[in-house]
Parts: sequence; C-alpha cells; structure tokens
Amino acid sequence: MSSDTIAAPASAAAPTAPLAFLRAQGRWHWAEIAFWLATLLPFVLTPDYLVLASQVAISALFALSLDLILGFSGIVSLGHAAYFGVGAYTAGLLSVWGWGEPLTGLVVAGAVTGVVGYVTSFVIARFRHLALIMITLGFGLLLQEAANSAGWLTGGFNGLQGVHTWPIFGKFEFDLYGYTAYAYALAVLFLIFLVARRIIHSPFGLALRGIRENGTRMPAIGAPTHSHIRTIYTIAAIIAGVAGAILTQSTETVSLEALGFQRSADVLVMLIVGGTGKLYGGLIGAAVYMVARDQFSGLNPQYWYFWIGLLLIAVVMFLPNGILGGLAGIADFVKTKWTKTP
Amino acid sequence: MDEDAVSESLLTASGADVNALSARGINKSFGSLVVAADVELNLPQGVRYALIGPNGAGKTTLINLLTGMLRPDAGRIFLGPDDITALPPQERVRRGLVRTYQINSLFPHLTALESVTLAVCERRRVAATFWRSLTAYVEEIDEAHGILSALALADVCHRPTRELAYGQQRLLEIALALATRPKVLLLDEPAAGVPREESKDLFEAIAGLSNNITVLFIEHDMELVFRFASRVIVLVGGRVMVDGTPAEIADDERVRAVYLGKGHGALRV
Repeated sequence: MSSDTIAAPASAAAPTAPLAFLRAQGRWHWAEIAFWLATLLPFVLTPDYLVLASQVAISALFALSLDLILGFSGIVSLGHAAYFGVGAYTAGLLSVWGWGEPLTGLVVAGAVTGVVGYVTSFVIARFRHLALIMITLGFGLLLQEAANSAGWLTGGFNGLQGVHTWPIFGKFEFDLYGYTAYAYALAVLFLIFLVARRIIHSPFGLALRGIRENGTRMPAIGAPTHSHIRTIYTIAAIIAGVAGAILTQSTETVSLEALGFQRSADVLVMLIVGGTGKLYGGLIGAAVYMVARDQFSGLNPQYWYFWIGLLLIAVVMFLPNGILGGLAGIADFVKTKWTKTP
Repeated sequence: MDEDAVSESLLTASGADVNALSARGINKSFGSLVVAADVELNLPQGVRYALIGPNGAGKTTLINLLTGMLRPDAGRIFLGPDDITALPPQERVRRGLVRTYQINSLFPHLTALESVTLAVCERRRVAATFWRSLTAYVEEIDEAHGILSALALADVCHRPTRELAYGQQRLLEIALALATRPKVLLLDEPAAGVPREESKDLFEAIAGLSNNITVLFIEHDMELVFRFASRVIVLVGGRVMVDGTPAEIADDERVRAVYLGKGHGALRV
C-alpha cells in the first residue's frame, strides 16, 4: 500500500515516452498499406494469372505460418508441410463425405490441424537446432507414408477423388479463371495476417522473440518456455492447416504432394528468400518464388530447379536477411543520405 | 501486488528464524570430479553474502545448483520454509530465487526496455497473452522503464542490447533480475570485465537494493568483497572452507594459504 504512493508520482513524472515509442513500432507503415493495395492489382493487371495468384496467396499464408515459429521463435522445421497436408486432407475428406461448404471447412480443417499441432508440440518444445530439424523431417515423412498407405481414406498415390467445393456464401462459385479462388485466398490471408500481426505485437510476441534471441536465458526470468513454444506451434499448425484447406477447396483435389518433403523445403526457401522474422518476408518470398517457378518452368520444363537453386544461392549470398532485409537496407541507406545532404 | 509485498514482509518478520535461502548437504560430481561436497548454506533475510574461492572452486556450479540449472546428486534446497529442490528453474524464479550470469546472457536484438518489459510481463503472468497489444500494458512498461531509470539506463532503453556498452549490458543483467522481483538474488561476478572504476558504481547499485532482497555475489576483487559483503563464504574444491564475517575471513590462516598459494593477490582489508 505504501509503495503505491511512491509509484504514483514516478509514473506521472515519466510520461508516456517509452509507451509512445513502442506504440510507434506497432503502427501501420505506409509501405504496408501500399503492399496490401498492390495485392489487388492482379484482378485488373493480370486477370489471366489469377490461378497462379491464388497459389501465391496460399503459399504466402503457409510461409507466414512458418515465419511465426522459425522467424519469430527460432524453431526450425523441415516438416511443416505435415500440417498443411492435414488441413488439406481434412477439407478434402469433409467434402467427399458430403460437406463442401468452404468456410466451415476451413474452421474444421484448422481445428483438426490445431489438435495435431498441439500434440506434436510437446515433443517439439523439448528440442532445438539439429535435433529439431531431424524430428520435424521425420514427422513429415512419417505422415506422408501414413497417408500413402491409408489408401482407403486418402486415395493414396492417386490422391483424393471427388472433392467438390460449394460456392462461398452460396453465391460465389469457384471458377476456372481463379477469380473466386484468389479473392477467397487473399481475404483469408489478410485476416490471418492481421491475427499474426497482433500476436507479434503482443506480450506473447515479445516472449517469442526472447526465446529466439536466447532460449536458455528465458527460464532465468521466470518464463515457461515450453508452454510458450507449444502455444505458438499450435497456432502455426492451425494457420498451415487453413492454407492447406484453401488449396484443396480451390483446386478440388488433394494429392500426397500436399504433405510431401518438397513442400516443406519449398516453404522454407520462400521464407528465407523473402526474409525471416519480418511477417512480410514469407509473403514476398512466396510471390517471388512462385512467379519465378512459373516463369522458369515455362522456359525449361525439365531443369527449372536449376534456376531456383541459383536464386536461393544468390539471395543468401548477397541478401543475407532476404529480399525484405535488402530492401530495408536500401531504405535506410537512402534515408541517411537524404538527412546528411539536405 | 503492494498488499502482497506488505504481507510478505510481515510474514518474514514473524518467522525470523527462517533463512531466505538455505541448502542442506548439496553434493554434485561430474564423473570423478567433485564440484560440490556437502555444501551447507544459510542466507538470513537481507544479508549481503560474498562467495569467494579460487578458480574452479565450484562457485558458478553452486549457483547453477541453487537455481535449478543443474540437479544436485544429493541434498535439499529451501527458499524460505519451502523445499524447492524439485522445482524447475523458471518456477524458482517465480518464487523469488533469481540469478544473473557471469558472461552476459541477454537478448541481443531486443531493446533494453523490451527485455525488461518481457521479464515484468513474465512475472505478472501476462506474457502468454497473444490477443492484446503490448502497448495496452502501460503499468508493465512503466515499471520496466522505472527499473532501467534506477540503473541509469533510461537514456539507452530503446537501443538494441547488442549496441549497448559492456558496462551497460552488465547493468541490464541486473535490471532483468530485478524485474522478476527477487527475494534472493544470486549475482555471478556482476562486475566481470568491467573496469575497476565502473565496478564500484555497479556495486553501489547493488548495495542500494532494498533490504528485502537477500544477495549472494561471486567476486574476485577482495576490496569490493570486504566493502560490500556482510558475510563471506570461502569455497574450495566444492567444499565450504569458511563461512564468516569479513574480519574473520581476513584473519583465517587457511584462506590466506589458499589465496596466497594460488597467486590471487594478498587479502586487503
């Protein structure tokens, strides 16, 4: 009680300066608003590429999910497609069993993936670094083979047949041009991005960065590190599952490729190319990677991974913080030049 | 929280016999190397204890054992009246047993304010909240800023930790510990690597801590030890050799032998 009287004038004397500083960090930057406006451009500029655009949005959502665990919490994963695949198959099976409503499908897929994510998070939270890479890789392979052998459920190697997605709100049919698919994927991406952005700017987001920066120090400030990791891992799994569900719903098919190693590796490349731990890195990386893949495979359908490999090496060598890190560096450079020579 | 603090101090006042931290028969060895042998420790409420001993005596290991970073092979550890031997490190921190590190162990890309705010949020159990903005936690941020101000770190509180001067990073170590509201604070060479003139300031800051906090610090500089410690423990080969007042320690033949023999410099009082 007595310390109340001591504390009160102190907080009054020290005004909101530290608070204002933190608030400014969480405020929307004009570049962010420009970015989201630009995501609408494909509707008018490249209407023939809306199917590709929807794939970009799905991959971006998947990469955002990986960024939450890898970029912000330092949890490496080489098997993140497992959760993408669980979401994809859940949405697919739901439709095959007679419920093709997309929005509830997303919710169910997210919930199922969340349960799988929560259960696996107990193992994940106990390991770091190389061990974690092996465990996530192993879990991914395990799930892929399980889906392969459970042909009666998943359609095995042939993929799941007979998926049909009902129109969104009973109105917007999924069309061949990808118009609805892109609008749908983009809307979900934006909403989940808002959630992710809030998580990053919450006390929990700060704790995640603490885990990434110095995981062994966290218990010494009283932090329940394992429980934090379980929470973010479950959230990331839900988001990955939702991304997988959108892919199923918009393409009306699910194949084993949805939870394959290739997808886990691809999303990692997208995130690293774009820049980890920046929220937008996965989004930009997904766009660059998917468009590059589309163009390279058009140029040379056989050897296009050669160019992807080259792109990856070039980015890591010349832009160690990804494309976004490079852009931020240029912006800083211009800013200091500008202020030095008025 | 203020009422908690008041009732806590009443409690400790009534139970005056209870030590803030005590250890009973702590043993630990790595293979054939004994790092702690039958260590007995009694830290009364509010003392400033120095833990000294030659290199390799097991001083840091003892802190690791007390804080739960290492598990003892045998023995029990009590925080106040409570047996905390089985508790994990973060649970001991939440109950008020907190340490700092000899080699800075901080969050390089977090600002000083972010780091301390994080510790405050963890103490207040709001760090698992992901649906509210951090800026809604005005009290937590103010408290963190207050701690940094008290340690003269307010001016640099928005700088990333890795950009802070070394001495400032040492202070941030202490700030992080204070943010957890410790009852017992174990400082592992708080002034390690800090120039002599600055290390005095650092110890002045430690001496200025509330008497509700019981402090045990490891320090090699005997001048600082004799100036700031009310009692001294000498640890040699994982064994408590002497536990006494600074004057008793200075007069102790065995301590002199250990220190003079190892070339650690003479004891100055």
